[in-house]
Formats: sequence, structure tokens, C-alpha cells
Amino acid sequence: MNTTTNTTINTPTAVPTSLSLSQRLIAGVLALMLGLTLLVGTGFAGDFRLHNGAHDTRHAMGFPCH
Amino acid sequence: MIRNLFAAALFAALAAGLLTAAIQHFRVTPLILHAETFEGEGGHSHGEAAVVAGHEHAAGTAEHSHAAVEEWAPQDGFERTAYTALATILAAAGFALVIGAVSMFANIPITFANGLFWGAAGFITFSLAPAYGLAPELPGMPAADLFARQLWWVGTAIATGAAFVLLAKTRASWAIAVAVALIVAPHIIGAPIAPDEPSAVPAHLATEFAAITLGTSAVFWAVLGAVFGRLNDLFAARAATPIGAIA
Repeated sequence: MNTTTNTTINTPTAVPTSLSLSQRLIAGVLALMLGLTLLVGTGFAGDFRLHNGAHDTRHAMGFPCH
Repeated sequence: MIRNLFAAALFAALAAGLLTAAIQHFRVTPLILHAETFEGEGGHSHGEAAVVAGHEHAAGTAEHSHAAVEEWAPQDGFERTAYTALATILAAAGFALVIGAVSMFANIPITFANGLFWGAAGFITFSLAPAYGLAPELPGMPAADLFARQLWWVGTAIATGAAFVLLAKTRASWAIAVAVALIVAPHIIGAPIAPDEPSAVPAHLATEFAAITLGTSAVFWAVLGAVFGRLNDLFAARAATPIGAIA
């Protein structure tokens, strides 16, 4: 059976390189927002609970801490 | 597709984060705890808030005072280790999602074939370049204003990362010139300079810490990039396999 034909019929957007611009933008914005939230929360937050909870990680990962 | 990106990022972060947390537990945290014993009075202390009278200090540990009322911090021992491991995994997820986002915006897939390049770029962007101006710091070391350092750290990471994306997209002469400028500029501007005070932390502890944290970050980024790429390949292959067909 012809694999190429199958791929075309069954999976119109199968591999990452074939993502449309809007799909990439949506995925990128969502990933960036969640990713930055996590990084700010663990590495940069001023709140003492976040600071103290993540203290050793901040030093170990090279974030400015004190 | 969005689900695949998030799944690949989060599983890769879990793998890299757990390994890094283990290395931190055995090689990094002991140095932090050791350094904290040198923290001078008036400096803030960590990991002691929940400790009540009657706990024992390890042999050779300097005496320190316990304020009656202190802000919350995880208790030394299992609790502190657990928080550190959790924070490391969450930070790993943050880094994974950020490079996943960059891969989407730049239209450069993260694959197993190029995963180590992503890892190397991530290491230089988020660890090496910031450390070039702001050496990994131990508690008790003199340091410049926190916000100024955070600002320089973020600016350096953005400029360095942008240089790598530019070079990945084009090797035109103008692009190389701009990339070099982006990488060098933060270091010409210069990181905030620490006040010229004697450090309470012994030099051998600080140098060991700098070497081990940078080495650990290199391992973290290599694993993150490789696993992220491998998972992306797997998900792409699965999506490309027609339903019912056996590969």
C-alpha cells in the first residue's frame, strides 16, 4: 500500500513542520504564557513563601536570589 | 498539536527536572546549607522558621539565632528537599515551555537530531551568559540590588536567546553581526556590580558552587533538549501513522 497516499488522506496536519501559522502562534503564545508564569513563580517572585519554598532551586539554577 | 507540544515539554521537564533535583540534593544543596552557616547576623536566614527549640545542629555548624517570629520557610530535611525538587521540576517545565514556544514562533521543530543544539543554546542563554556577569551566588555573598540583577539577567537571556534564533534562521553576514552584538551587548553594558565587601562565604565554597551549578545546568539542558526532541519525534510519528496501520 502506498504510505504517502495514506498519510495525506488520514492526517492532513501530521508533523510539526506542517503546522499552520495560526496553529503555531496559538501554541506558542499559550506555552510562553504558562512557561513564563512558572519561571517567574520559581525564579523571580518576591513573595516570601515562593522565595523560601524555591530558595535552593533559585541558587542552584543561577537565578538572582537575595 | 498543542496538546502534543505541552505533553512533550512537560514529560521532558519531568525527566530533566528529576535528574537535576537528584544532583542538586547530593552536590548543590549541601554547599548552600554550608554557606548559610556563615551568613552574618542581620542577614536573613532560611529553612529555620519551622524549627523549634531542641533541634540539633550538625557537628561543626555555626550557632545561629532563631527569631521568635519569622516568615515561613520549609523545614530543613525532607520538607526542604521536597520543596526544592518541586521548584526545580516546575522551573524545568517553565524552561521547556519557553523553548517550545520559541520553536513554534521560529518554526524550528525540536527533534532528537537537533535536541542537543537546543539544549546547548538553552544552557548558554539561561545559565552561562547570565553567569558570565552574575556568578552563581551562595547565601551570604555580597550582591548588588536584587531587582537590578534580575533585570540584567532577563535582558541577557533575551538578547542571547534572540541571537541563537537569528543564527538558526539565517547565516547571512548581517545576521552574524547582529547576533554577535546581541550576545556581547549585555556584557558591555555590564551586570550590576556587587558592593566591595568581604564575603562571609569561604572562597573555596563559592568556586565549588559556581562550577557545580554550571555543570548541573549543562546536564539539565542536555537532557531537556534530547528528551523533548525524542518525544516530539514520537508524537509526530504517531500522528503520521494512519489509523489501523501497523508501522
